[in-house]
Amino acid sequence: MLKKSLGLLLSLVAGVIIVGCAGSDSTSPAASASSADAPAGDAIELLNVSYDPTRELWKSLNEAFTAKQKAAGKNVSIKQSHGGSGSQARAVIDGLDADVVTLAMWADTDQLRKKGLIREGWEDALPNRSLPYTSTIVFVVRKGNPRNIRKWSDLTGADIEIVTPNPKTSGNGKLAFLAAWGSVINAGGTEDDARKFVTQLYKQVPVLDTAARGATTTFAQKGIGDVHLTWENEAHLEIEESKGELEIVFPEVSILAEPCVALVDVNVDRKKTRSVAQEYLEFLYTPEGQAVIAKHFYRPSNPEVLAANAAAFPVISLFPVTKVAANWDDAQTRFFADGAEFDRIYEGDR
Amino acid sequence: MTISKSSRTRKSRSPLPGFGPSLAVTISWLTILLFVPLLALVAKSMSLTPEEFLRAAWSDRARAAYTLTFTAAAISAAVDVVLGLLFAWVIVRYSFPGRVLLDTIVDLPFALPTAVAGLVYSTLYVKSGWYGRFLVPLGIEGAYSRFAIVLILIFLGLPFVVRTVQPLLASLEGEIEEAAACLGASRWQTFLRVILPSLMPALYTGFALAFARGLGEYGSIIFVSTNIPFKSEIAPYLIYSRLEDYKYEEATAIAVVLLVGSISTLMIINWLEARNRRYAR
Repeated sequence: MLKKSLGLLLSLVAGVIIVGCAGSDSTSPAASASSADAPAGDAIELLNVSYDPTRELWKSLNEAFTAKQKAAGKNVSIKQSHGGSGSQARAVIDGLDADVVTLAMWADTDQLRKKGLIREGWEDALPNRSLPYTSTIVFVVRKGNPRNIRKWSDLTGADIEIVTPNPKTSGNGKLAFLAAWGSVINAGGTEDDARKFVTQLYKQVPVLDTAARGATTTFAQKGIGDVHLTWENEAHLEIEESKGELEIVFPEVSILAEPCVALVDVNVDRKKTRSVAQEYLEFLYTPEGQAVIAKHFYRPSNPEVLAANAAAFPVISLFPVTKVAANWDDAQTRFFADGAEFDRIYEGDR
Repeated sequence: MTISKSSRTRKSRSPLPGFGPSLAVTISWLTILLFVPLLALVAKSMSLTPEEFLRAAWSDRARAAYTLTFTAAAISAAVDVVLGLLFAWVIVRYSFPGRVLLDTIVDLPFALPTAVAGLVYSTLYVKSGWYGRFLVPLGIEGAYSRFAIVLILIFLGLPFVVRTVQPLLASLEGEIEEAAACLGASRWQTFLRVILPSLMPALYTGFALAFARGLGEYGSIIFVSTNIPFKSEIAPYLIYSRLEDYKYEEATAIAVVLLVGSISTLMIINWLEARNRRYAR
C-alpha cells in the first residue's frame, strides 16, 4: 500500500512536471512563431513523434533538414520521441505537443483524426498518400542459416523458435502477423489455412516482447530463438551490430508496410509552426531526403532513388494490406482488437 | 499552584505542537495525491455498463492474469519473509568485515530502475547466461517463465522485509535471550518461543509491503516473462495492452479489480497481525 501510494504520488508529481513542461513548451514557440516570418535567427522547434526503431533514421534526416534551413538563414531545431507506435499515438492524444507524427501503423495516425487532432483527408495532404518511404518484414537468422529458413512456410517447421514482438503493443508485431497471414492467402490458401498457420506460428514464439527493440535484444543479445521477424531497416542494424553472428533472409513475399507521416493540424496551428512543419515533411520527398532514407534501409518512394539503391533492396513481392483486409482500419479490428483473431490463438490452447 | 495547573494543561494536550495544521496538511495532501486519483480511476471504470465491466475485468484471460499476479506476489513475499529475517539477523547480530557494506547493498533494489533489474536477471538466466548455462540443462528456467517472475519479485521485495525486521531485532535486548537460556530453553526454543513472536508484527508488515510491491510491478517483469496470454501474462501487462487498443475504460476496470484485490489482501494481513498481537498478549 505504501509503495502503491508512493507510486501514485510520483506519477502525480511527474504528471505535474510534464504538464508544466508542456505548458512552457507550447507558449515559447507560439510566442516566437507569432512573428513566424520574421527575421532570421528566430528559433523554431518542432517535435516529431515516431515509432520505435526509427531513431537513427530521424537523427540523420533532422541533421540534413536543419542544415538546409540554416543555409537559408532559418534557425530550426527538431526534437524526436520514440516508442511503440500505439503508445506514441496515445501520448499525442493525451496532450504531447507533436508537430508531426511519423508512426508505424496507418491506424494509429488515423486514431488522431478520430480524436479531431488531424484533418479529414490527411492521407492526401502529401505526395504518394503521405508515404515518403515504405518498408516490410524480413527474417533474421543465425550465422549460416542452420535451420535453413527461406520462406514463410519454413517457420512452422519442427522445433523452430520464432522471435517477434506482441502484435497487441507493437507495429512490428502487427505487421509480422499480417505478413504471415497474407503469405498463406497469397499462395492461394483459404482464411482457415491462414488461421492454422499463424496459430502454429505463435505457438512457436517463446517470448512476446512489447516493442521492436525489445525483440531485437531478445534474439540478438540473449540468443533466444532461431529466427527473428522484424522490420527490414531493423534487420540491417541488427546484422551490423552482430559482427557476423547473424544473417538476413529476404522471403519471396512479404507485406507492404505503410508508415505514413502527417502534420498534427491542431498543434501546428496553435504553435504557428505549420509552414516549417510542412516544409519538414516535404523535405522527405526531395532527392536529398530520399537518399538519407535509402541509406537507412527504408524503401524510398521515389522510383529513381530506389533504382539507384537497388542493390540494398532485393526484390520482394510486397502485397498491400488489402490482401488480408479491407484496409488498415479493418485489419486492426479483424486481427488485433479485443477478442479478435490474435486473441483467439491463445483462447484455443487454454 | 499556577505551576501545577499549567503542567496539568500541558499534560492533557498532545506533546507534538500544531496538531490542527499538521492534520490539515496531511488530509489535503492525501486527498490530492491518493483519494482523488483513485476516485478518478473508479469513476472512469464506472462509465462502462455492468456487463461491459464484467467482460473487460472478469474474462478468462483477465482471471488467469490475476491468478498469476497474486500467486507470484504471495509466493515471493513469503520467500522474502524467510530470507529477509535471515539477512536482518546476520546484519544485526554478527559483526564481520563488510557488514556496513552489506547493510547498504540491501537497499539497492529500492534504487535500481526495475527495467534494469529485469534485463540483468533475464540475461543471467537465459541458456547462454552465467547462471542459465548451468541451470537450463537441469530444467530450471530462471528467465522467460513463471518462475522468473517469482525470482525477480523476490529480489525487489527483499529490502521491505529486511528494513522492517531490522530495527525491531536490534531493539530486542540480549537479556531476554539470556533469561530464556537460564530458564532452560534450548537455542532453538529461544528463537521459536521468545524471539520470533516479538518479530511477528514486523514480519507481517514486511510481507504486506513485499506483496503489494509485487502486485503492482510491471517494468522488470515484462523483461523476464514471456508475456503469453493465459501462461505468463501479468495483470499490469494486460492493462497496458488494453491501453494500446485505446480501451481506456476496460484498462481501468482491470485496474479496479487489482486495486480491490490488493486492498482486501492488505486488510486481511492487518487483521491477522492484530489478532496475533492479541494472542501474544
